[in-house]
Amino acid sequence: MLKTVDSAVPVVCWSCSAVQNVSALFCANCSKIQPPPGGTYFSVFGIEPRLNLDLAALESEFHRLSRKLHPDRFARATDREKEWSLADTALLNDAYRTLKDPIRRTEYLLKLQGAEIGEEFAAANGRDRRDPSRVPSDLLEEVFELNMQLEETRAARKFGEVDEQLEKDLMLAKEKFDGLLKDVDSNLRAQGHAWDEGDDTARAAAQKAMVALLDRRRYLNNLVCDVAETLGA
Amino acid sequence: MTAGRIVGIDLGTTNSLIAYMEGGKPVVIPGADGSNLVPSVVALDPVPADGGRPTITVGNGARKALIETPSRVIYSVKRLMGRGLEEIQDELKLFPFRLADDIEAGEVPRVQLGEMRFTPPEISAYVLRQLKRNAERFFGAPVTQAVITVPAYFNDAQRQATKDAGRMAGLDVLRLVNEPTAAALAYGLDRAKEGMIAVYDLGGGTFDISILKLRDGIFEVQSTNGDTHLGGDDIDNLLLAIALDEIHSEHGVNLRAHPGAVQALRKAAIDAKIRLSTEPSASFDIELPNGDRYQREIPREVFEQLIEPVLHRTAGPCKQALVDAGITAEQIDEVVLVGGSTRIPAVRALVDHLFNLGARGKKPHIELNPDEVVALGAAVQADILTGASTTTEEMLLLDVTPLSLGIEALGGVVAKIIQRNSTIPASATEHFTTGVDGQTNVAIHVVQGERELASDCRSLARFDLKGVPPMPAGLPRIEVKFLIDADGILQVSAREQRSGKAAEIEVKPTYGLTDEQVESMILDSFDHAEEDFAKRLLIEARNEAETILSKVDQARNNPAWAQLTGEEQAAIGAARDRLASAKLGEDLSAIRESTAALDQATRRLAELMMDAAVSAAMRGKTMATAGEELGDNITAPHPMAAAEFK
Repeated sequence: MLKTVDSAVPVVCWSCSAVQNVSALFCANCSKIQPPPGGTYFSVFGIEPRLNLDLAALESEFHRLSRKLHPDRFARATDREKEWSLADTALLNDAYRTLKDPIRRTEYLLKLQGAEIGEEFAAANGRDRRDPSRVPSDLLEEVFELNMQLEETRAARKFGEVDEQLEKDLMLAKEKFDGLLKDVDSNLRAQGHAWDEGDDTARAAAQKAMVALLDRRRYLNNLVCDVAETLGA
Repeated sequence: MTAGRIVGIDLGTTNSLIAYMEGGKPVVIPGADGSNLVPSVVALDPVPADGGRPTITVGNGARKALIETPSRVIYSVKRLMGRGLEEIQDELKLFPFRLADDIEAGEVPRVQLGEMRFTPPEISAYVLRQLKRNAERFFGAPVTQAVITVPAYFNDAQRQATKDAGRMAGLDVLRLVNEPTAAALAYGLDRAKEGMIAVYDLGGGTFDISILKLRDGIFEVQSTNGDTHLGGDDIDNLLLAIALDEIHSEHGVNLRAHPGAVQALRKAAIDAKIRLSTEPSASFDIELPNGDRYQREIPREVFEQLIEPVLHRTAGPCKQALVDAGITAEQIDEVVLVGGSTRIPAVRALVDHLFNLGARGKKPHIELNPDEVVALGAAVQADILTGASTTTEEMLLLDVTPLSLGIEALGGVVAKIIQRNSTIPASATEHFTTGVDGQTNVAIHVVQGERELASDCRSLARFDLKGVPPMPAGLPRIEVKFLIDADGILQVSAREQRSGKAAEIEVKPTYGLTDEQVESMILDSFDHAEEDFAKRLLIEARNEAETILSKVDQARNNPAWAQLTGEEQAAIGAARDRLASAKLGEDLSAIRESTAALDQATRRLAELMMDAAVSAAMRGKTMATAGEELGDNITAPHPMAAAEFK
């Protein structure tokens, strides 16, 4: 779940008592470490929510902040500062881990906008990932076929047999689904651009498209993993 | 600066070391014997004559006891750290660990050493205390703060057990550092390089692979993998098993029934293994209890075939680490070899193959002693923590958690909340609610591992959230924050959001000691007890000496004295004077030895006096009255002492 502490509330620095209008990791006046601020993973890095990020700049900023916040820098500080260093660094690491990965970043941003995505919602609605109602409609037939093949392969392997034709078919199916995954990723990038550059109406449309694309992606990814696991086992 | 000194410790399966930063360079601190390595072997010394608490010997001294009193010695205890009884069954088959027989389910196993029992963290604490003493002797000042290294693949319980050991040894453990990462720090000091580094660490009992990205002095671990029960020990056991089987089949001797002889053979196996790293063959030549000799030549090819399955077990983790880091073997710029087992040529060949080094004109780094590099890195990390060093001010280590953290959900399935290879500190916030109206407790089962079912993962702890305000089912909203700290250890806090109350959490660690247990095992209290004890022993020995001296003086007036030869009288006189002077000194063993010597010298005198007493008894006196007449100065055991005459 996301942090939704109101960052507009003025806070006072514990060390120099200067009023902080923007809650931050450090006091603007005395530079001392502060308790974890509210806001989003984007605000940790001082950027607006967006989907196309300069990853090199993100990494540099991550390193710069790590040098200042990491518990190694507070090994001999007061207990209070140690505790905040730990909490702030965890926040920084969580934020960096989420933002550096394009899929996690997209999911995070969409959740910030109130979208219901991810396995947790599927599970909450009682839908298993093998539930046919979650299969993208254009893939129904192929998925049905693939699942049959997967089961046959697993059964064969259980008895120590290898059906070469079946395994070949599986490899081909995997390649096909890998290709579909790539399509989804490029579509996601395009929609990401649309969201970053567009007005509210364009954003709403891109958001809807991305929610659907992420669902499709998760579904395809699970399939590809299943195949890889079955073949690799 | 002495007060601010932080030392770096490599608490190894086979050997342990302590190091510090001196003039911008990490240096290992030698022990009193001049050796940098302290064998991680702990021996319980023989019970003192008065039946009191025996003392503990650590290191080379304890290693000698392995052959003489194997039931009072333990090695490789790191294999037991933070593990439950059902997890260590395999170790018990391969290692001469004797467990106490009264361990209950869920308890930390205790190891039987002679007549005493110790938990694995206590044993490790003795090793740490020895290292601490070595450093204190070296600096001439107390050492209280330390960085201790652990295998990167250690789980939460194994890390906590290591921290507990530090606390028991009187050390404030400022940070646990992963061994491969420490090694990278040691290598990274003198090369301001950028790029991807793989650290392959095959030690005595653990294997780790870590992939790091080096940039601007930041050591950012990308992924880590390993096996906490794979190392040189396994190779020793292979050689040992072969020798034992051959001795059994060829000489009809079952050495397994002789623990001391097994240890001697084990030492020979280790020597052979070491020789095989530099020589084309090595041989066993052992005298067996039946007088036969077991002689065996082992060519290197045979050795390499034998250990191939063990070495191959390191390949899978290496490949997985590369996948998790999102790179190929060819993208690795440098490989660092750590751990004594990487001296084996077959290991180096495997690493060359795994990372395609030779074909790319590269060689693994072996410039730093593989036995010392981890301790040196720990010293570098200790220097970073002082925050006052120009050598390391630009350096920062960003490590990861090796295993995913999950919660057991409905149906025993694991919901992962922090993925493996996440940079630590890392956190996750989860929300829980109640399933029954008015429910005031919520139980959460936290596990570590990659499998889908909780029963296949490692149980970490059960958290019981208490004091939830009674509300209709599903209405309470309990926010639980899971935080893995910079040591890789989990912290949990909880809050009921509707009432805003901090929820009370009761933690039941699945494996591990409670705070109170750790407190009760702190070695300092033993230290004092040992000191008091030594004083008490000295006083008792002096009292004993005083008694025998006065009785010998009385005996000079006994008619039996005249029956002794002049030589015998002179010998008693000399022994008496020696004891009288030893009694004035502080040397406990000198007093005891002189007491025993005087006892020996007066043996014939005692017999003569006893004979006189028996004759007296024959004349109608009881033994008791005869004894009264003699005084109780009969120190020699007498075959008739218990008899009574009418």
